[in-house]
Amino acid sequence: MTGAIASAELSYELVVNGRHHDVNGALAGESLLYVLRNRLGLPGSKNACEQGECGSCSVLVDGVLVCACLVLAATAVGREIVTVEGLAGPGELSDVQEAFVENGAVQCGFCTPGLVVAVHDLLGRLPDPSELEIREAISGNLCRCTGYGRILAAIDEVRRRRLGELP
Amino acid sequence: MTLAPGTTSTRSAPAGTAAPSAPSTLDRPGMTGAIGSSRRRPDGVPKVRGEFAFSSDLFAEGALWGQVLRSPHPAARILGIDSTRARDLAGVHTVLLAADVPGSPTYGLDRKDQPVFASDVVRYTGEPVAAVAADHPEIARRAAALVEVRYAPLEPLVDPAKALEPATPPVHPDGNVFRHISLVHGDVGTEAPVAVEGSYEVGMQDQAFMGPESGLAIPDGAGGVDLYVSTQWLHVDQEQVAACLGLEPTEVRLHLSGVGGAFGAREDVSLQVHICLLALATGRPVKIVYSREESFFGHVHRHPARMWYRHSADRDGRLVKVEARILLDGGAYASSSTAVLSNAACFAAGPYKVPNAHVEADVVRTNNPPCGAMRGFGAVQVCHAYEAQMDRLAAELGMDPVDLRLRNALASGDELITGQVIKGTAPVAEVIRACAAAPMPMPDRQGALGEDGGRNGVGIGEESEEMALPGGAGRSADARRVRRGVGLAVGFKNLMYSEGFDDSAAAACRLERGVVTITSAAAEVGQGLVTLLQQIATEVLGIEKVVVAPADTGIGSAGSTSASRQSWMTGGAVEIACRRVRNRVLEIVAARHGLVAGLLELSGGKVVAFDGSLAEDLETALGDEVVEETVTYCHAKTMPLDGNGQGDAHVSFAFAAHRAVVDVDLDLGLVKVVEIATAQDVGRVLNPLQVVGQLEGGIAQGLGLAVMEEIVLEDGLVKNPSFTDYLIPTALDMPVVRISSLIEEPEPGAPFGAKGVGEPPTISSTAAIAAAVRAATGLPLTRVPIRPEHIALGGD
Ligand code: FES
Ligand code: FES
Repeated sequence: MTGAIASAELSYELVVNGRHHDVNGALAGESLLYVLRNRLGLPGSKNACEQGECGSCSVLVDGVLVCACLVLAATAVGREIVTVEGLAGPGELSDVQEAFVENGAVQCGFCTPGLVVAVHDLLGRLPDPSELEIREAISGNLCRCTGYGRILAAIDEVRRRRLGELP
Repeated sequence: MTLAPGTTSTRSAPAGTAAPSAPSTLDRPGMTGAIGSSRRRPDGVPKVRGEFAFSSDLFAEGALWGQVLRSPHPAARILGIDSTRARDLAGVHTVLLAADVPGSPTYGLDRKDQPVFASDVVRYTGEPVAAVAADHPEIARRAAALVEVRYAPLEPLVDPAKALEPATPPVHPDGNVFRHISLVHGDVGTEAPVAVEGSYEVGMQDQAFMGPESGLAIPDGAGGVDLYVSTQWLHVDQEQVAACLGLEPTEVRLHLSGVGGAFGAREDVSLQVHICLLALATGRPVKIVYSREESFFGHVHRHPARMWYRHSADRDGRLVKVEARILLDGGAYASSSTAVLSNAACFAAGPYKVPNAHVEADVVRTNNPPCGAMRGFGAVQVCHAYEAQMDRLAAELGMDPVDLRLRNALASGDELITGQVIKGTAPVAEVIRACAAAPMPMPDRQGALGEDGGRNGVGIGEESEEMALPGGAGRSADARRVRRGVGLAVGFKNLMYSEGFDDSAAAACRLERGVVTITSAAAEVGQGLVTLLQQIATEVLGIEKVVVAPADTGIGSAGSTSASRQSWMTGGAVEIACRRVRNRVLEIVAARHGLVAGLLELSGGKVVAFDGSLAEDLETALGDEVVEETVTYCHAKTMPLDGNGQGDAHVSFAFAAHRAVVDVDLDLGLVKVVEIATAQDVGRVLNPLQVVGQLEGGIAQGLGLAVMEEIVLEDGLVKNPSFTDYLIPTALDMPVVRISSLIEEPEPGAPFGAKGVGEPPTISSTAAIAAAVRAATGLPLTRVPIRPEHIALGGD
C-alpha cells in the first residue's frame, strides 16, 4: 500500500493568476481544486460538492470556465489558471465583486467565489444577456441562501453599467 | 432599497413607535438612520474576494486529516472491529474506536442517546464507527476503508407507524417514542354541519447548505483543545464535546469559523467530538472536511410527516373544530425531535381562530437517518396539511379560499389552540390581504400582457416563452397541455425557544478610542446578524466605527442561531450593552465638564450638549478611557405544555402568506413555478436588503420541498446522497419573488420592534405551490414533494 501511494507522487509547476507555483510530492489523483486550496494557499475556490454539481469551485483554465474539482491538477500544467483571487488587484474589487456586495448577493458566501468567476466569464462572452440567458449561465452555480434574486440584481447592474446604461 | 426589475416592495408605515427594551428619556430611535437602512454586510468584501475563512479553509502547520468510518447498514449488531490493517498503513497516525472515548460515550442536544462511535449496534446508515487521522486526506480515506467491521445485519425498523406499535422491539434502550403530545382544547365533542377530511405527507428534506461540515482542532499541549468549527451554537457544542472528552468546558474552547449556511443542520454535533479526539490522541492539529456525500449522512434532516386532519365548520365558514393526528419520523436518535413535535402540535391548526381542537402527535425512533432542526421545523410540515384542508373546506363550502382564511384569521388578543393568548402583534388578515392583492405575473398562458408589460418573470417573446415552459425548451410534450394554477397559503411559527427553555444571550460593547467593538458568541451563519449588530450599535451610540469581534466561547452563551431568535436575543443584548456604554460615557464627560449627563447626547461620533455648549470628539472626550459593558439578555418567560397540550409555551409569533403561480405540463408532470408573491409580518425592518434576502432564500427552500427535494430512502438506505440526485433549486427553477408587503407593526418587547424573519418564508411557500399545482391539475396531490409521476399518472 505504502509503495502504491508513494510511487504516485508528482512534482510540477502551475501558473495561477499569473504567478508560477511549484507543486511537490503531490498524489497523481489530486484535483486542481485540492491543489489550489491545500498546496498553493488559495482557498478562495470552494468545495461544496467536489463532484461537478455546484460550481463553487469555478475557475478559468486558458479562459474556459471549468469546475476545478473535475480537473486533475497535473493536467493543468502549462495552462493559465485564473481563480477568484486573481480577478482584482490587492485591496480592489472587480465590478462584479462590487455589485455582489452592494446588491445583497452575498449571504453565507460559500457559493460566491464560484459565481463571481462564472459571471465574469458570462459577461466577457456575452455583454448584453437576457434575464433567461443569465439564469441559464449561472444555473450550474448552486446557492442555498439567496434564492438568486439579489445575485440576478447584481449581475443586471454590472451588465447595465458596462453597457453605459448606469453611471 | 435596490431591487431587481419585477420585484416590488411596499412597506406599510410603522403603526407605532419602537418599544425599546431599556427605556430612557434620551431614547430617540431612528436617530442615526442606521436601523432600517440597507447597510453593507461587513463580511461581504472578503467573501467576494475569496478571502473569507470558512471552516474548510483553515490551515495549521503539521495538520493531519481526519476521516470517519460509517455504518453501511441501517441496523446491525457489531460482532467485532479489527483496525490493524488501517493502523499499519504508512501515513496513518491513529485509529479511534468507541473504547477510546475518555468521557461520556454518548451526546445529544436534548437526550444524550447518540454514541460518539457505535460499539455494539448501529442504528442508521452512516452512523460513525471509527475515526482515522493521517498525513493526507486520501490516505485517511483508504485507512478508514481498511478498518474491518464485522456486522450481523438486523431487520431495520423503517416504518414510523410500526414504531408506535407496542409489539415492535425497541431500536434503542430508551424506547421508540421520543414524545407524544395529546392536545385538547375547548369541547372536542362539538360537531359542525360541514367537515372535510384528508391525509397528507411530507418527505425528508435536507438543509443542503453549501459549506460542508468541517473544522480544525488544535491541541493546546496541556490536555485541552481549541476547536475552530462551523456551528449554530458554540456553547451547546462545547458542553457536549467537553463531556465526551472528559474535560472541563474551559479546556475545550470553541471558535466560530466561517459558516457556509446552516438552516438547522448545524445545531447538532457532527464532527466536533471526533476531530478533538483525534487531535488529542495525536498531539497534532487535525482537519476534517466532509465530502458532499458524507454531509448527507453527517447531519440531521427535516422530519418526514404523515398527517390526518378533519376540519369542521359552520356553513358560513367559521372554523368550529380541528382534529389532527401527526406522526413524525425522528430517525435513530433524539436530536431536537421533542421540540419539533411541540411546534407541529402547537401550530397544527394554522394561524386561525379555532375554538375546539384535538391533536394527537407522536415523534418516533426508527432506523432511518436522524431528523432534527430545519428552518421552520414542525411548522412547515403541518402547514402543508392545514392549508390543503382550508382549500378543501373552501371548495366544500363554495367559498373563496382567501375569504375563508380572512374569516378565520387570528389577531392579537385571540387564543391559540394551546390556550395561549397572543399578546404581541398578529397581522394575519393583513398578510393575507396584501399577498392576495399582488398583481398577477404576465404574460399568462392566455397571452395577455400585464400592466408591467411582461417585465415580471421570464421575458416574453417566442424563444423565451418556449424556455419558460415547464422543463425548458423542447421538453413539453404538447405546449397546449400546459396549465396555469394559482394557490395561496398562510403560515406561522414561534420566535425563540419555547416551553420553558428560556435561554439567554450575552454580549459585550466596548468603546475605545472612538471605536466600538461588539463581542458575543452568536453564530453568523450567512443570515447577516453581523450587519444588524453593527447597525444596532451605530443606532444607539451614534458611532459609525463598529467592529463585530469573532465569536468564541470566551464570553457567555448567545444561545442558538435558530428559531429566528438572534436579531431579538443577541440584538437585544447588544442594544442594552450599547445603551449602558452610552450612559456611562455621558456621565464621564458630564462630570469632567461640570454638566448634567441628561443634557448630553452622542451623535455623529461626538458628545454634544443640547444647548450647543459642548461638541467634543469622543476620542478627545474620553482619551484613553475604555468603557465596556457586558449584558445578558432574557426574553419573557415561557411555560411547558401541560398534559392537554395547553400553556403559554411561546414568546412571540411571526406570520407570512405566499401566493404561487405555476405552469404544469399535464402529460410530463413537470412544474414551472412562475412567480411567488409574499407578504410577511416583520415587526420592523432592520435592514431592507437583508430582509429581502431572507425572504427570497427561504422561499427557494420552500419551493424545493414543494416540487424537488427529498432524501429517498429504501429500507433505511439513502438512495440520493449527492447534488446529482438530490436536486435543489437553481437559478432556472427559482422564479421572481414579488414582495407585496412587509407589514411593520412593532412587536412589544422586541428590540426596535423587529421580529425574526428567517423562517416564515419557508413555512407557507411550500403549501402555496402545492395548492397552485392542485389548482392547475385538479388532482388531490396530498404529498410533497410533488413528483412528475404524481401529476402525469394522477395520484400520490
Ligand atoms: S465543488 Fe466543484 S462543482 Fe461542486
Ligand atoms: S450565499 Fe450561501 S450558498 Fe450562496
